[in-house]
Amino acid sequence: MKDFLNDWGITTMVFLPLVGALVMMLIPKAEEELHKTLALITSLGVAVVGALLALNFDWDNSAELQYVVNKGWIDVIKARYTLGIDGIAMPMILLTLLVVPLVIIYSWNHFPDPVDPKAFLILILVLDTGMLGSFVAQDLILFFVFFEIVLLPMYFMIGVWGGDDRQYASIKFFLYTLFGSALMIVSFLALFFVTGAETFNMTELASLVRSNDVVRTTQILIFGGMFMGFGIKVPMFPFHTWLPDAHTQAPTQGSVILAAVLLKLGTYGFVRIALPILPAGAHWWAPIIGGLACIGIIYGALGCLAQTDMKRLIAFSSVAHMGYVMLGIATLTDFGINAAIFGMVAHGLITGMLFFIAGSVKERFHTLEIGRLGGLLKQAPHLGWILGFTAMASLGLPGLAGFWGEFPVILAAYNPAPGLSVGLFRFYMFVAALGTVLAAGYLLWLFQRTAFGTPKEEFAHEHVHDVGTAEWIAWLPMLVLIVVLGFLPVLIFGMTSDAVQVLAQSLAG
Amino acid sequence: MIASLLAQASQVPFEAPVIDFHALAPEIVLVAFTAVVLLVDVIKLEEAKRLIPGLTGLAMLASLIPVISLALDGADRSLFGGAFVVDNLSLVLQAMFLLTAYVVTLLSSNYLAEGDFWESEFYLMLLSSVLGMVLMCSARDLVSIFVALELLSIPAYMMATWEKRNLRSNEAGLKYYLMGVFASALMLYGMSLLFGVSGSTLLTEIGAAIEGGSSSTPIVTLGIVLVIVGFAFKVSAVPFHTWAPDTYEGAPTPVTAFLAVASKAAGFVALLQLIFVGFLGRTDVIEPLMWVLAAASMTVGNLIALRQTNVVRLLAYSGIAQAGFMLAPLAVSGSNPDDALTAVVTYLLIYAGMNLGAFAVIIAVSRKTRSGEISSLGGLFGYAPGLTVAMTLCLASLAGIPPLGGWFAKFVVFRALTAADTPAGYALAIVVALNSVIAFYYYGLVLKAMWFSPAPDGDTTPIRVPVSLLSALTITVAATVLFGVFPGLIGHFTGNLAGLLSFAGG
Repeated sequence: MKDFLNDWGITTMVFLPLVGALVMMLIPKAEEELHKTLALITSLGVAVVGALLALNFDWDNSAELQYVVNKGWIDVIKARYTLGIDGIAMPMILLTLLVVPLVIIYSWNHFPDPVDPKAFLILILVLDTGMLGSFVAQDLILFFVFFEIVLLPMYFMIGVWGGDDRQYASIKFFLYTLFGSALMIVSFLALFFVTGAETFNMTELASLVRSNDVVRTTQILIFGGMFMGFGIKVPMFPFHTWLPDAHTQAPTQGSVILAAVLLKLGTYGFVRIALPILPAGAHWWAPIIGGLACIGIIYGALGCLAQTDMKRLIAFSSVAHMGYVMLGIATLTDFGINAAIFGMVAHGLITGMLFFIAGSVKERFHTLEIGRLGGLLKQAPHLGWILGFTAMASLGLPGLAGFWGEFPVILAAYNPAPGLSVGLFRFYMFVAALGTVLAAGYLLWLFQRTAFGTPKEEFAHEHVHDVGTAEWIAWLPMLVLIVVLGFLPVLIFGMTSDAVQVLAQSLAG
Repeated sequence: MIASLLAQASQVPFEAPVIDFHALAPEIVLVAFTAVVLLVDVIKLEEAKRLIPGLTGLAMLASLIPVISLALDGADRSLFGGAFVVDNLSLVLQAMFLLTAYVVTLLSSNYLAEGDFWESEFYLMLLSSVLGMVLMCSARDLVSIFVALELLSIPAYMMATWEKRNLRSNEAGLKYYLMGVFASALMLYGMSLLFGVSGSTLLTEIGAAIEGGSSSTPIVTLGIVLVIVGFAFKVSAVPFHTWAPDTYEGAPTPVTAFLAVASKAAGFVALLQLIFVGFLGRTDVIEPLMWVLAAASMTVGNLIALRQTNVVRLLAYSGIAQAGFMLAPLAVSGSNPDDALTAVVTYLLIYAGMNLGAFAVIIAVSRKTRSGEISSLGGLFGYAPGLTVAMTLCLASLAGIPPLGGWFAKFVVFRALTAADTPAGYALAIVVALNSVIAFYYYGLVLKAMWFSPAPDGDTTPIRVPVSLLSALTITVAATVLFGVFPGLIGHFTGNLAGLLSFAGG
């Protein structure tokens, strides 16, 4: 068992969804139940493999890569098939393993128009492979390939099953991300040739940059290319404009996956690739990233206050929350980066949950116009309370997961890594703290307008069914985790702290 | 008079050149089949129509056998004083041309049989043109390059006009012909200048003569520029691209596929040989010229493609942009020759697969819709999901999305540009990066029509795809996917090209 996991565990986990998708391709479209079952079984199978990997993970050495696979892949360009998991990748992988089956369960009776479970579920499984692959890849080219694989399924998901403006939103999503990744691949190659490396292995490149003393200017330029690639994906202000459109137009499942996992590819890229490989570049860029993150926090919050559409509001709140994550990363400290990773997981659970709720509201009322909603607590009390609970989690209420993604980041900004301007980061801290007030404002206001009061005239006499079985099954694990992580943040911090400590030390040294 | 000449000649004993028939076998097989096709057509007339497409396909595959045996043999061969060379480069490219022509034959057979076309003669033209291409791969001499070029071009001019009662097709052929002849004239003038300076038509000797700062620099520069401009027409590089969209749109679609893939590749093959065998000593001229051609081609091609509504015209402009991507590595041919050569060849091989695949889908769909408009592809996902997925794979590959062939092609271009480690190389790499983003927009337009839009007129009768078209689709899509997932495969063919340079130099 252990041997199998060591040699094949990660590979099985990453490619099992693809196998499931291939099998589904061979089955005729009409067998809808079979397709749903197959997709669910596949995603659960992936989760089981992932859980086995987590159970056999050597937590005492979580700073080191485990289950490492290193095989030849494209010899001509010296790209290798290198995979591995460490404490930083693990929470991201577990998040993906959790979210994908839940999305499939939620889909059971919530397929968006035009109903085509076969194509829809195949795309979700392909996304699964791309996301998991990005989190385990330890070779820059392999990472790039997985990073790009998620693009097309998401493009089709928004474009085929999205709202009225889906064509605009899907192409915008695609072009923005492609723009970033095109510059990213150039900077990967520049890095390869500047260091004179023999492989694209991340660890090796990191040590080569140090031993060859790559000039600071070069590092800054290469970091700039990566910044475009990852920053657009996060998305950071001013590259965020694709996100509200993509979220608003995407079907519920697409929004959930986008918010819960895809955005994390960007922040994960910073933590996994940009920071460790280019420390000098990171120090130069940190104040800029911190500044943009703060603008994102305030701008996202103000954007939320101005929205009239519930889904668009949640999308803008994503911009604000990812701002906290980026601010945590920008401090370049042990504390800040740990908090940032916690923030990624928390945001994945909470915002994913908010999009689920938005999807269910839309299904019941056929609108997300906040002005037309109201009295949700009267018509569908369970749904209303879940919305309230998730909104509380999102605004960072202590005792729920959201708190540990925001509060430590604000603390970390008080004391950034040596070499960074303390005054500037304390100013950022002030701005970020202000952001939490605004967050409470827009979330509570949203809750008040949609859940309190009496239902509006047009829906007053409609029978609105409360949370259904598929919804309960899909949501409970996320709701429970939001509470559990709120009380036991050590569950995530324990995974990441060793690996982050090594990272922070290497940044300082 | 004659007697004295004869007496003179007899004093110098005639030496028959040693001919290595194995090295010439691919060409010989093609010529033999061309003769057979001609004879069958003349003897059997109407009955021949059924035989000839199969015979043509067989010709391509049969010529592949000596190519493979030569590759297995592995030895580099040089004939006719170095004017005709068999090496890794020529074999890889010959195989590509033969397979491309085989796929084009598959694409043509139903198209021609169901339309108002001369059939048997078409295949004769195709065979002659392919012979020119195969010859081009081995040509290392100005004269043999020119002969190969005309041999491949003149049948192509005729093929473009093949739909004889269609004015657009006639326009296509005429434009192509006039532009082609003009380009040939420029090229010949350039060749004459180079011959004048070096006193030889052999590329290696020209290379030796023009290397470094010779006294006649302006003339050498002019000669190189004119020769390259001549081939820039052939590969439809901006600003010599104006013929391509009209020709592509007017010509019968299988011919368009042939022009867009094989004919363009032949132009690149000639450029590769001229630059890497002949002009490598004068990269001070080549590099800036190629930089400008590449940047202009991809930018202009992409920007105009954004506004197209006809899918064939769109592919024409996308082809211009793709030519820019392929020219880009040549802009660092001096500082990084090995990577640049490998990059162009890799790109050519992958481009052939993905572009032919896109044309195969268009041909299949237009069997039903009788239209080339992008809007006619509407709702394709609903009634022809297989074709939609095939087209999606090909277009995504053209856009360079992993894990399809095109990403590796783009990747090797990036690699060649960045490995050169020059400011010009990095700058061009960024231009390539930006252009690959623009390119996705118009490929996305086609994807959008197929996946997101409803079928025009609500007509969702399924499309019947004939066997030959289906096999063409299978071959091209399989190649596109395989080269992307296992780029090592293509590296296997292109990995040892670097040896060419030392061989050609020595």
